[in-house]
Amino acid sequence: MATEQVPIHEVRPVTQELKIPARFIPQPVLEPGHTYSSITDHISSIVLRRKMPLIWYVGMGLSTILFLVLLAAIGQLIIVGVGIWGINHPVAWGFDILNFVWWIGIGHAGTLISAILLLLRQEWRTSINRFAEAMTLFAVASAGLYPALHTGRPWYDFWLFPYPNTMTLWPQFRSPLIWDVFAVSTYATVSFLFWYTGLIPDLATLRDRANSFFGRKIYGMLALGWRGSAKHWYRYESAYLLLAGLSTPLVLSVHTVVSFDFAVAQLPGWHSTFFPPYFVAGAVYAGFAMVLTLAIPFRKIFKLEDFITIKHLENMGKVMLATGMIVFYSYCMEAFFAFYSGNVFEKYMYLNRATGPYWKMFAMLIICNGLAPQLMWFKRLRTSAFWLFVTAQFVNVGMWLERFVIIPTSLHRDFLPSSWGMYHGTRWDWSMFIGSIGLFLFLLFLFVRFLPMISIFEMRTLVPEAHPIADEPTVEKAI
Amino acid sequence: MAQIFHRSTNTLSRVTIFGAVFMIGFVLWVIGGIVRSPYATDQGIAREQPVPFSHQHHVAGLGIDCRYCHTSVETSNFAGIPPTATCMNCHAQIWTSADMLEPVRASYSTGKPIVWSRVHRLPDFVHFNHSIHVAKGIGCATCHGRIDKMALTYQASPLTMQWCLDCHRNPERFVRPRDQVFNMAYVALNQEQIGPKLVHEYNIQSLTACSTCHY
Ligand code: HEC
Ligand code: HEC
Ligand code: HEC
Ligand code: HEC
Ligand code: HEC
Repeated sequence: MATEQVPIHEVRPVTQELKIPARFIPQPVLEPGHTYSSITDHISSIVLRRKMPLIWYVGMGLSTILFLVLLAAIGQLIIVGVGIWGINHPVAWGFDILNFVWWIGIGHAGTLISAILLLLRQEWRTSINRFAEAMTLFAVASAGLYPALHTGRPWYDFWLFPYPNTMTLWPQFRSPLIWDVFAVSTYATVSFLFWYTGLIPDLATLRDRANSFFGRKIYGMLALGWRGSAKHWYRYESAYLLLAGLSTPLVLSVHTVVSFDFAVAQLPGWHSTFFPPYFVAGAVYAGFAMVLTLAIPFRKIFKLEDFITIKHLENMGKVMLATGMIVFYSYCMEAFFAFYSGNVFEKYMYLNRATGPYWKMFAMLIICNGLAPQLMWFKRLRTSAFWLFVTAQFVNVGMWLERFVIIPTSLHRDFLPSSWGMYHGTRWDWSMFIGSIGLFLFLLFLFVRFLPMISIFEMRTLVPEAHPIADEPTVEKAI
Repeated sequence: MAQIFHRSTNTLSRVTIFGAVFMIGFVLWVIGGIVRSPYATDQGIAREQPVPFSHQHHVAGLGIDCRYCHTSVETSNFAGIPPTATCMNCHAQIWTSADMLEPVRASYSTGKPIVWSRVHRLPDFVHFNHSIHVAKGIGCATCHGRIDKMALTYQASPLTMQWCLDCHRNPERFVRPRDQVFNMAYVALNQEQIGPKLVHEYNIQSLTACSTCHY
C-alpha cells in the first residue's frame, strides 16, 4: 500500500511524455512566484501603507459629486413628493422600480460567487469574492433607496414590516410587494453577515500590521478579538459554510420574488410563469457584467493582475455568455408566448414593444443583450480585458433597457385605448438614477481605501506551500 | 507589542452583544408605549377654553339634554357646537354679571362666535359620522366617556384606528337600546344577551373595509 502513495511523477513523468497542448493546461488562479508574505504584503499595503493613486482621488471626487446629486434629488423628493417623477397615469411604476430591479440584479453576482462557487469548491472565486460581495452590499443599498423613497413618506417606511400597531393593520401578505420586503431585507442581512464574517481574519491581519494608533484600535474592534487559534478557525469555517448554505437559496429566491412583482399582476407582458428563471438568469448576467466593469479597472489601478488573473476574467466572461443566452432565449419565448397565446392583448403588447413608440429601446435591448454577449464565444475576446470590459458595458446598458422594456412599455398601453399614454423619466428621475450610481461608487471607493479588496487569508491558501501533497496526483488517485 | 485592548474588553464586548438584544427590545417597547400613551393620543387631557364651560354643571346639574346644544348629532356627521345664542337663552337671565361669562356676552353683542378649542380631532383622512352611530344605538358615553362628570371637556378615548375597529369588529359588545343613547349613566347588566339581540334588531353590520372611514 505504502508504495502506491508515491507521487505519480516519480513513477512516470506524465506531462513531459504526453506533450499536452498548451490550451489544455489549466491557467493559474494565482500567478506563480507568490508566497504567504508577498500576498499579505501586497494586499494589506494597499490599505495600510501605499498612498492612494491619483486616479483614486479623481474617482472619489467624481462619485462624491454624484452622491451629492442623489442627496439633492432625495431632498427635493421629500419636500415636494413623488410628483417630481415622471410616474403618472397610466405608467405608475417607472424609474423607481426599474432602477430597483436593475440594482438588485447587479447584486446577484456577489452571492453567487461567494456562496455557490464556495460550495462547488471553485478556487477561482477566491480573489474576486470579497470584491463581489462588497459590490453586492452597495448595490443592495442603492436598490433599497428606491422602494424606501417611492412611498413618498419615507419616515413611515417601518409600516412595511409587520408589527403590532395602533391601526391593527398588517401588511398585505398576499402581495408580492411585501414578499419583496422580506426577500430584500433577508438578502441584505445575510450578504452583510457573509461579507463581514469573511473579513474578520483579514481585519485581524490589518490590526496587527497597522502603524497608527487609531488604525490598530478600529481594526482591532472590527476584528472582534480574532487571534487565529485553531478553535477560532474551526468555528470560523463552520460559520462560513453555514452562511454559504443560507445564502445559496437566496441567489434564486431574491430575484424570483422580485419577478413576482410583475408575474403576479395580470398585465400582458408581466403575467407569465417563466419570469422567475428569466429574472434570475438576468440577475446573474448583470452581476457578472458589473463585477467585470469594476474588476478590470481596479486590478490595473492597484496592480492586482497577479491575483485577478486573466483566467478569472475569462471565467466571468463564460458565465456572462451562458446566462446571456438564457436571457435571450427568454426574449424569444416571450415573443412565442405572445403569439401562441392567441390573446389579442398579449399579441398587441409584443408588437407594441417591438414596433411601438418605444421601438428604439427594444432594438437597443436586442443589440446589447442578444448580440453583444455572443462576442464571448471567441477565446481571443474572452481573454482580452479590453473586450470583456466593452461587452460588460453593453450588458450593463442592456439590462437597464430590459427593465425599461418590461415596465413602462407594458403599462403605457393596456386593455383600454382611451387610457393609453406615454412615459418619460424627468430630470429628477435621472438625478436619482445617476445619484444612486454615485452612492454605489462612493461606497466602493471607500471600501478599497479602508478594507482589503481581496481576501488575504484565502489567497494564502492558493500558494503552493499551502497544500504540498494534495495538489500532486497520487498513484491511488490516478488509478 | 503591547496589547491593544485591556482584558476587560472581553467582558465588555460580551455584555454589549447580549445587551444590544435587550436594549433594542426595550427601545421598541418604549416606543410602542409612547404611541399608545395620552402623550400621543391626547386622551384625558383637558383643553384650555375661552370660557370654562362645564358639562358637569349643565348636563348633570341642570339636566340639559345633549341635543339642546349639539343639535345636529342625530342628523349629520357633525354633532354641532352651540352658538352663543343658545347660551344666552339662559345666561341672559342667570349669572348675568359673572366675569367668567364676559366672553359669552361680548360674543353675543358683537356677533363674533366664541372660538372653542377642539377636543376631539380625527385626522383629515378619516371620515366620522355621528348620525349613524346614534341611529344604531351607540351611546355618547361609549365614546366620549362620562361627559356629565367633566368640569372641563377632555377626550376620553384614544381615537386610534385600533379603537374604532375594536367596536366595528364586535359591535355587540357596545350597542345599547336607542332610547338609552343620551343616558350618561346607562350600564348594561346583561350585554351578552341584549348585545346580539340589538345587533340583529338594528341590523348592525361589522364595517371594517378601509373605505368605510378612508375615502
Ligand atoms: C349647554 C350646552 C351643552 C350641552 C347640554 C352639552 N354640551 Fe357638549 N359642549 C358644549 C360646548 C359649548 C362645548 C365646547 C366647549 C368644550 O369643548 O368644552 C361642548 C363640547 C363637547 C364635546 C367636545 C367637542 C370637541 O371639541 O371635540 C363633547 C364630546 C360633548 N360636548 C359632548 C356632549 C354630550 C355627550 C352631551 C350630553 C350628555 C353634551 N355635550 C351636552 C355645550 C353643551
Ligand atoms: C339651561 C340654561 C343654561 C344654558 C343654555 C347655559 N347655561 Fe351656563 N349656566 C346655567 C346655570 C343655571 C349656571 C349656574 C350653575 C351653577 O352654579 O350651579 C350656569 C353656569 C355657567 C358658567 C359658570 C361656571 C360654572 O360652570 O359654574 C359658565 C362659564 C357657563 N354657564 C357657560 C355657559 C355657556 C358657554 C353656555 C352656552 C354653550 C351656557 N352656559 C349655556 C344655565 C345655562
Ligand atoms: C362612535 C363613537 C362616538 C359616539 C357614539 C359619539 N361620538 Fe361624538 N365624536 C366622536 C368622534 C370620533 C369625534 C371627533 C370627530 C372629528 O374629529 O371629526 C366626535 C366629536 C364630537 C363633538 C365635536 C364636534 C364634532 O362633531 O366634531 C361633539 C360635540 C360630540 N362628538 C358629541 C357627541 C354626542 C352628543 C354624542 C351622543 C349623541 C356623541 N358625540 C356620540 C365619536 C363619537
Ligand atoms: C362603540 C362602537 C363604535 C366605535 C367606537 C366606532 N364605531 Fe363607527 N360604527 C359603529 C356602528 C355600530 C356603525 C353602524 C354599522 C352599520 O351600518 O350597521 C358604525 C358606522 C360607522 C360609519 C358609517 C359607515 C357608513 O356606512 O356610512 C363610519 C364612517 C364610522 N362608523 C366611522 C367610525 C370611526 C372613524 C370610528 C373611530 C373614530 C368609529 N366609527 C368608532 C360603531 C362604532
Ligand atoms: C372604523 C374606521 C376605520 C377603518 C375601517 C379603517 N381605518 Fe384607518 N384609520 C382610522 C382612524 C380613526 C385613523 C387615525 C388614527 C390616529 O390618528 O391615530 C386611521 C389611520 C390610518 C392610517 C394612518 C395614516 C397616517 O398617516 O397616520 C392608515 C395607514 C390607515 N388608517 C389605513 C387603513 C387601512 C389600510 C384600512 C383598511 C384595512 C383602514 N385604515 C380602515 C379609522 C379607520
